[in-house]
Amino acid sequence: MLHTYPKRVVVIMLVLTAVVAVFPLWGPAVFGAQSDFLMEKLTLMLILALFAMSLDLLVGIVGLVSLGHALFFGLGAYTLALASPDFSPAAIWWMVPLVMLVSALAALVVGFLVIRTRGIFFIMTTLAFGQMLYYFVNTSRHTGGTDGVFIMFRPSVELGGAVLLDLDNPLTFFYLCLALVVVGYLFLRWLTRSFYGQVLDGIHDNEHRMEALGYATSHYKLVAFVISGVMASIAGMLAAMQYGFANPAQLGWHASGEVLMMLILGGMGTIFGPILGAFAYEILQHTFEHLTPHWPILMGLTIILAVLILPRGIAGLIIDPPSRARLAKSPLLRWLKPGQAAPTSEAVKPAASAPSREG
Amino acid sequence: MDLAFFGVQLLNGLQYGLLLFLIASGLTLIFGIMGIINLAHGAMYMIGAYLVYDLTFRLGNFWLAILVAIPVAVALGLLIERLFLDTLYKRDHLYQVLLTFGLILVLNEMQRIIWGGDVHSVPVPELFSGRIRLTDNLQYSHYRLFVMGVCLALAGVIYWVIRHTRLGIIIRAGAVNRDMVEGLGINVRTLFTLIFSVGVALTAFAGMIAAPLTSIAPGMGDSILITCFVVVVIGGIGSIKGAFWGAILIGMAETFGAVLIPSLASMVIYLIMAAVLLVKPRGLFA
Repeated sequence: MLHTYPKRVVVIMLVLTAVVAVFPLWGPAVFGAQSDFLMEKLTLMLILALFAMSLDLLVGIVGLVSLGHALFFGLGAYTLALASPDFSPAAIWWMVPLVMLVSALAALVVGFLVIRTRGIFFIMTTLAFGQMLYYFVNTSRHTGGTDGVFIMFRPSVELGGAVLLDLDNPLTFFYLCLALVVVGYLFLRWLTRSFYGQVLDGIHDNEHRMEALGYATSHYKLVAFVISGVMASIAGMLAAMQYGFANPAQLGWHASGEVLMMLILGGMGTIFGPILGAFAYEILQHTFEHLTPHWPILMGLTIILAVLILPRGIAGLIIDPPSRARLAKSPLLRWLKPGQAAPTSEAVKPAASAPSREG
Repeated sequence: MDLAFFGVQLLNGLQYGLLLFLIASGLTLIFGIMGIINLAHGAMYMIGAYLVYDLTFRLGNFWLAILVAIPVAVALGLLIERLFLDTLYKRDHLYQVLLTFGLILVLNEMQRIIWGGDVHSVPVPELFSGRIRLTDNLQYSHYRLFVMGVCLALAGVIYWVIRHTRLGIIIRAGAVNRDMVEGLGINVRTLFTLIFSVGVALTAFAGMIAAPLTSIAPGMGDSILITCFVVVVIGGIGSIKGAFWGAILIGMAETFGAVLIPSLASMVIYLIMAAVLLVKPRGLFA
């Protein structure tokens, strides 16, 4: 994978970023009273985009399918909630390093254990470790059990007594999240194109070959696991600020499944795809919730359809838009008309971002 | 803890472990032979329990309900396999995870639509409603003993099929090298359908006989699924023997954990899993 994309990707992403960034200007005009609520939603989508991006490093780039990534998201949320003083805001200058340190340590320990496993085992062990923390916070007295922990004050951003940012202001918080998504994206883009990123690509394609070339692949994978975990914990910390509480549901395996879904919906391995995926997922869910109280059925069917007909996600559509010839060979048609001549192996996409890989 | 109480816990742990084995054996067979990670396995357990709850009240007889419910569950399993999984055999595990995750959402919500969000229970069938007196104030239900007997018998049947029949040879070979089995002229497609139906039947049946012992509630499949994952990881993927001993170990650990160290009980099984992974990353019996 070269991680270079057509120009239209850059254009589309820049336009979308701009549209989101100026939402406070056009939102009230278009949505009226609903605008405040929608900006909260947008903030949440940005946070989830950061979360989904962090998972993309593991799943899309290294090829490690984690079904327990919400562990780190929840850890970030709970670290903030438990370390915040009850009657005054915590200072962000030590809160952020603390969240990063806690999640990095957790990712090191969990990573050390799970990196020893492969394929299905990796999926199941990450899932199990996620559930371990889930049950712990669910039953422990110190973490508020099923109710979770409330955060009375968002952390303060002060320097020498002067307030730099007021995070209680929704607008400020919105722009902070937007900035972090942009920074996170640029960081991952730089990382995937660096020498380290190339080694990760190599591991994704053929780990044995990389080992034979003399790379300590498990060290590389562990570092990726830690980076990804720390990024997810930052997203979790932001989410806890946004909601005002940390809750066991934030680290349960349904949350891990949902973020995987954002990845596949957006297109994994592309870094920008999961951002689109997070937005698409939340918009879909929001729409379905308004349609029927039984919206999980629609969500489930959407997931199934996406897996069957859109395995490379929205990013796949942008990178190479469907032509008529390719549509004819699409799995959907194969699925609808199984009697038709099966496409030959040529129909399978070239390795650029083909989803089928050695498990 | 006196001896009789210890004995009751031992029996409880054994009974829970044997029930876990029924579910985990289906899971491990589907992993091992088909290479499919089936998250919807727990949902089939839930559906088994709900079917029996529904049919027991409709037909007025628990045994009749089980008899009717098994084919229904298997038919549902077949439908899922033919419609969805068929396209996934050659794809990455990620897509299997996502598709079966989508199935969970659909099945859980269908359960809510059909049976609602309330917690239900099924009375213990009359035949086994008695209790054995162990001491003056401790007794043990016949039905739990019956469940143990049934699970052990099924475990025996599974063991016999895998060890001593031609089908068993194919299954064992398929777990080691699927392509080779296909190359030797075995119809793998049919084998997959068979394995999936048996796996679904086992887990749905576990839900059915567990129905009088547990509360039948939405989401009951999710928690048991994760526990069974732990069982399979500990035992080693594709290993029925591993699933058996893993299930007994986890059954005991959860039961005694809840009695001895209630504050950490929910984490005990994961700690055991972490310990096993440290020593044997591929499971105890792989």
